[in-house]
Amino acid sequence: MSTREKVGWGIGGLLIVVYCLFPVAWIISLSFKSSDDISNGQFLPTVFSGANYEQILVGDAAGLFLPALVNSFGICIIATFISCLLSMFAAYAIARLDFPGKKLILSTALAVAIFPVISIVTPLFNLWRQIGLYNTWPGLIIPYLSLTLPISIWTLSAFFREIPWEMEQAAQVDGATPWQAFRKVIVPLAAPGVFTTAIIAFFLAWNDFVYGISLTSTEAARPVPAALGLFSGASQFESPNGPIAAAAVIVTIPVVLLVLLFQRRIVAGLTNGAVKG
Amino acid sequence: MSATLDRPVSAVDPSGGRGNDKSRAERKLGWYLAGPAFVVMLLVTAYPIVQAVFDSLFDYRLTDPQNSSFVGLGNYGVILTDSVWWTSFGVTTFITVVTVAVELVLGFGLALVMLNALKALRPVLRTVILIPYAVITVVSAFAWQFAFSVDSGFVNSWFSFLGATPETDWFGTQGLSLFVICLAEIWKTTPFISLLLLAGLAQVPDVLQEAAKVDGASWWQRLRRVTLPNMKAAIMVAVLFRTLDAFRVFDSVFVMTAGANNTETVSFLAYRQTIERVEIGLGSAVSVLLFLSVVLISALFIKGFKVDLSQARGE
Repeated sequence: MSTREKVGWGIGGLLIVVYCLFPVAWIISLSFKSSDDISNGQFLPTVFSGANYEQILVGDAAGLFLPALVNSFGICIIATFISCLLSMFAAYAIARLDFPGKKLILSTALAVAIFPVISIVTPLFNLWRQIGLYNTWPGLIIPYLSLTLPISIWTLSAFFREIPWEMEQAAQVDGATPWQAFRKVIVPLAAPGVFTTAIIAFFLAWNDFVYGISLTSTEAARPVPAALGLFSGASQFESPNGPIAAAAVIVTIPVVLLVLLFQRRIVAGLTNGAVKG
Repeated sequence: MSATLDRPVSAVDPSGGRGNDKSRAERKLGWYLAGPAFVVMLLVTAYPIVQAVFDSLFDYRLTDPQNSSFVGLGNYGVILTDSVWWTSFGVTTFITVVTVAVELVLGFGLALVMLNALKALRPVLRTVILIPYAVITVVSAFAWQFAFSVDSGFVNSWFSFLGATPETDWFGTQGLSLFVICLAEIWKTTPFISLLLLAGLAQVPDVLQEAAKVDGASWWQRLRRVTLPNMKAAIMVAVLFRTLDAFRVFDSVFVMTAGANNTETVSFLAYRQTIERVEIGLGSAVSVLLFLSVVLISALFIKGFKVDLSQARGE
């Protein structure tokens, strides 16, 4: 590659960084504007103010935001855990065993993944009200499985196919018991795939808005995205934009942390599951 | 499919049954293990859609359950003859076509940059590219809305040289609102497309590129004659996934315009009928129509463009 080409691709790379971070930088900047500053027409605040964070963490809006944060974490972690557990067994069977219907299971997962979420919401809204699951944690965890389970099965099957399973037998030949072979050889090989799958499934659940806004009505179960969508300010005379920006920054922190820590694995998981040569 | 499938049994079944017993046991174990996940998937999707088809045949309002009556395909007739449906269908199609087309070109550019960037820069790019993907759609929608809004934005003052004034209301007309909605959708989902395309790019054999170079093909010729044909499968899979995803667009519309100025999409229409107006019958019918649209798009892609999804799974 010539120097000119290198510089060209370098500039391209720089543009990508700006592209990806600009809106995030903007929402962070906005979250530090005081209410007088919100409409200053500038990107940056004239004075940095923590008032928005105060309002959502200890102030008027805390009663709306903090329970939603707890709901989001609880519901997403449980849904992720269940779908990882179920898909671990399914992916093991798909990767290692020969049985009819393997293709059917993978095709079903694909069909569920492209299913329009709102088509599930309509009947569930009615049913949940009748059987008392409306506005509860299980009432969200169950439909969240339609988001997390298909991608978990796909991603994990792709990972499990690449595990050198014969190592397990090799360990047994070397005198390990089946349990030792499983625990000392297979678990360490499979763990990164399971972990990556869990992160991707968590992203999907964390991102949900349709279920959250349709199947809840109070802070008993309402997750953060839905709370954000409904937040209309401490009073009707005050713009809610600042507090919303602060809340948006707080819910973005966990996913950005996951990305920073595990970027290589996430990329492998996303592309393995979808396009695999 | 990998070779591991050919000889898996002994570890699973150490007693080592013979022939038919062995494969029967394996089949049974396969369904024992994969069955629960399969059943759960069906329960959370197949059951609701069947229920939706059933509900869609009734004139049924939640606030008035006594007067529920069977109307056959009447709800579909009401919807398909109403301009509200066709407007939302048009808006949804517009958003889908625009975002997917722009994302494909932009995503390919991003993938090329990631492929060619210096080694030292690659981990940085791979990290930042995941950030729009990981940011919640609602957060992205708010970020773009606030940037353009009259009371908290900076766009109007930055782009005054293009004719924007402090009073330019980006959410006051259909065209401008859709522009901002598309922008937010494109920002959020292009990285995913670019990662899929990057995986496809990596699969184009280097030998072919070198051979074309030796034959004196220009960069553009190589791109058109070697690179693109060889990653056709990856491109089609990316386009199919994104098209279906874009067709369900809901979050950005809800946050930015709530359907004002004819920006309502099909998903939003279904939401408004079911959740806000509690017209379960009509809402279900819209949901079923949306579902049918998605099935139709998939069928078109798979039959029309011969997208082989099993190839995408590496089987």
